[in-house]
Amino acid sequence: MTDTLTHLDRLEAESIHIMREVMADAANPVMLYSVGKDSAVMLHLARKAFYPSPPPFPLLHVDTTWKFRAMYDLRDRMAAESGMELIVYQNPEAKARGINPFDHGPLHTDMWKTEGLKQALDLHGFDVAFGGARRDEEKSRAKERIFSFRTASHGWDPKKQRPELWNLYNARKAKGESIRVFPISNWTELDIWQYIARENIPIVPLYFAAPRPTVERDGLLLMVDDDRFPLKEGEVPTLRSVRFRTLGCYPLTGAVESEATTLSEVIQEMLLTTTSERQGRIIDKDGGDASMEKKKQEGYF
Amino acid sequence: MPNSSDTPVYVTDALIAEDIDAYLAGHEKKSLLRFITCGSVDDGKSTLIGRLLYDSKMIFEDQLAALEADSKRVGTQGQEIDFALLVDGLAAEREQGITIDVAYRFFTTEKRKFIVADTPGHEQYTRNMVTGASTADLAVILIDARKGVLTQTRRHSFLAHLIGIKHIVLAVNKMDLVGYDKTVFDRITLAYRAFASEIGITNFTAIPISGFKGDNITALSENTPWFKGPALIEHLENVEIAAAADEAKPFRLPVQWVNRPNLDFRGFSGQLASGTVKPGDAVRILPSGKTTTVERIVTLDGDLDEAVAGQSVTLTLADEVDCSRGDVIAAADNPPEAADQFEATLVWMADEAMIAGRAYWLKLATQSVSATVQAPKYEINVNTLDHLAAKTLELNAIGVVEISTDKPITFEAYGDNRSLGGFILIDKLTNATVAAGMLHFSLRRAQNVHWQATDIDRDMRASLKNQRPALLWFTGLSGSGKSTIANLVEKKLHRMNRHSFLLDGDNVRHGLNRDLGFTEADRIENIRRVGEVAKLMSDAGLIVITAFISPFRAERDMVRSMLPEGEFIEVFIDTPLAEAEKRDVKGLYKKARAGQLKNFTGIDSPYEAPEAPEIRIDTTTMTPEEAADLIIDRLLG
Repeated sequence: MTDTLTHLDRLEAESIHIMREVMADAANPVMLYSVGKDSAVMLHLARKAFYPSPPPFPLLHVDTTWKFRAMYDLRDRMAAESGMELIVYQNPEAKARGINPFDHGPLHTDMWKTEGLKQALDLHGFDVAFGGARRDEEKSRAKERIFSFRTASHGWDPKKQRPELWNLYNARKAKGESIRVFPISNWTELDIWQYIARENIPIVPLYFAAPRPTVERDGLLLMVDDDRFPLKEGEVPTLRSVRFRTLGCYPLTGAVESEATTLSEVIQEMLLTTTSERQGRIIDKDGGDASMEKKKQEGYF
Repeated sequence: MPNSSDTPVYVTDALIAEDIDAYLAGHEKKSLLRFITCGSVDDGKSTLIGRLLYDSKMIFEDQLAALEADSKRVGTQGQEIDFALLVDGLAAEREQGITIDVAYRFFTTEKRKFIVADTPGHEQYTRNMVTGASTADLAVILIDARKGVLTQTRRHSFLAHLIGIKHIVLAVNKMDLVGYDKTVFDRITLAYRAFASEIGITNFTAIPISGFKGDNITALSENTPWFKGPALIEHLENVEIAAAADEAKPFRLPVQWVNRPNLDFRGFSGQLASGTVKPGDAVRILPSGKTTTVERIVTLDGDLDEAVAGQSVTLTLADEVDCSRGDVIAAADNPPEAADQFEATLVWMADEAMIAGRAYWLKLATQSVSATVQAPKYEINVNTLDHLAAKTLELNAIGVVEISTDKPITFEAYGDNRSLGGFILIDKLTNATVAAGMLHFSLRRAQNVHWQATDIDRDMRASLKNQRPALLWFTGLSGSGKSTIANLVEKKLHRMNRHSFLLDGDNVRHGLNRDLGFTEADRIENIRRVGEVAKLMSDAGLIVITAFISPFRAERDMVRSMLPEGEFIEVFIDTPLAEAEKRDVKGLYKKARAGQLKNFTGIDSPYEAPEAPEIRIDTTTMTPEEAADLIIDRLLG
């Protein structure tokens, strides 16, 4: 028997099924939208899952004020196109204290992202939050459930996760508890790219190579995206043809030198590349090997 | 890396470099196979998976560099790369050196994409293996060539078979350590065959491998010239995917969500559990049994001419029929059955043991109902396959039970349809997933005992008595004042010409429930019987009053769900433990404190106070007279 459905068809069907299941038990769901390629795919899947209705939940962007400008542009455009409400949250304390990636190191991620996310979820009383994490990204994520329970203080206990059998998800929870749901858990980086190509999904142009002003620092190529970037003595931004494999706060996200200007070329480079996707991110390296697991126990997505 | 074969297996690199579009076009058409690996601790599971990832180029240079460093630091393979470190994810287990949870890995070959569930071999983690197996098309059972078929091999094979995996691969690993000896392989294969046929596995594929050295993984190894194939990857690339086989079965779509963007559109969203569907197909909605035809298959990319098993779609129907979440849309001429009593196999997954008679949530496809489980018919010893007598099921125990649900569910035998036969049980208090179940069949008594419709119904009986039936359910600690107040309430009702009946805890235990003790299971059965009797009496039109400690929320809720909405009135006689103990009318607290009474509520057995009772009586601020008046006010007012 030939297989009628391809692997992308099956992944798509699974993700849509997961999103619809959430609607059965969730009182106040929200979709975390980080504007990256994974978020783009997740949003697209949500539009498919509920068509012709718009997705029955808002988008939440936990902003750090340090994202690439191109990300803010696409965010606003996609919110308008999808007909969904966009909630932008910036941690007021981080704002007041002027927390930034240059002066504050790990505190930047902790306050803007980890704390900011908790505050936003509490403020709006969201009980279910969709996130675009994938199991192939990182070792501790390979073991995370699709429906991941968080205590009232947003903690994650790897030993207390519920078993997930077949496609049956148990979304019941006590008051105060919340669930993070990862509908694209089983997608790989290649799946994401191929699906973006197949479905023609808009993504931030930074994923494609273009001449951009960059400096080399601590082995990373950083893009000088605005004039808040404090140049060290002797540092002069140089135009290099670069692109990004992953997007976050621009001072924390390393670029790769590349000439890939089309999706096919980007995928080609990815397949022939010899380093993993998160390698350009500083966040995984704080605190050694178990750093993501530790962050998750503290409430990071 | 040592690879005993010189044949290049992966030729994609050249294609990726030369013609990426051609590569992508080919890759896009690949299908998806999900499989699990299982074996005992040290059988080399993680090494095998690490090897699959490595050979299919899923390991990048930075990961490899980290791996080499780790291998030297904590590896178990001397100076060589320890592939197991690639997949042992959580910090805790890296320290212990065992895999403690299900991890999912991904790799691609020329023909297929794969999702691997890495499931643990450790003794106490049966539940994780069942979890990993539930979505798998195939199971790779690993055996250490030096050790042969172990108890745990039998356990894993039994579980894989139980969960309905059709394709079993027996991977005889570490062949390098037995000198690639054919007789070792043959002896293990023979021993496994004998055991496999015992449990009903009629077909399996045995492959001699070395995950560490790479023999017979991607290509046939020169070290085993006596083995004619297939190599592991070749086999994985060619077996049939379970979901593809589901297309040939009758059409079923469990409805997940009703899509109503406006008054002109009403669609039913869900994932096809089996079969195929086209516009114009005649369908039956279950459980109502109404028939109609499919009008459109709606997607964002435009309407479809056909949808097949596994696809998530939205259907519109030609007629305005009632249909909501939990209903199943099925082929009109071949619908599934509905029933409310079943035999099923349960795999218990919670630390807290199963409680016979307790109500749990049962979720099957998109249906959620309240279900009670009877004491197991037997438990299965997964090592010997013996049937054992059991009163309950503990963590990781597997047993055959009878289950009854509070309303009929649409189902199929698990062996025929995983989506409509597999279910989970959820604890109503903790919301934890406590068991996985597989339905065998509905019980004859459910099929053949129908409700007899009677001409005089409960409304007619009640109106003759000129009253609305109700159940006043008193709950509270022993000595809280339940019986005293209940008695007063009934006296007052009697004076008001209301027809009532008081069921008292102690009195019922002299007759109807004389065979029951005070264990948790017996207390639950006590309440269930009282609930059924109270329901019959309220059907007769009476105002029923019950006075039982009824310490567990789950059982009170069970009785509540037996009665029509609004008829169950929970009356919480709220007396603090210290106060009840001080009164100690029957001297029971003294006995319990002295250890002469076991399972006494409030002392060594819990009391779960109502969260939102209809009526709460604080006996520290109210006399019994005042309490009775208040209750009657609320009942009749």
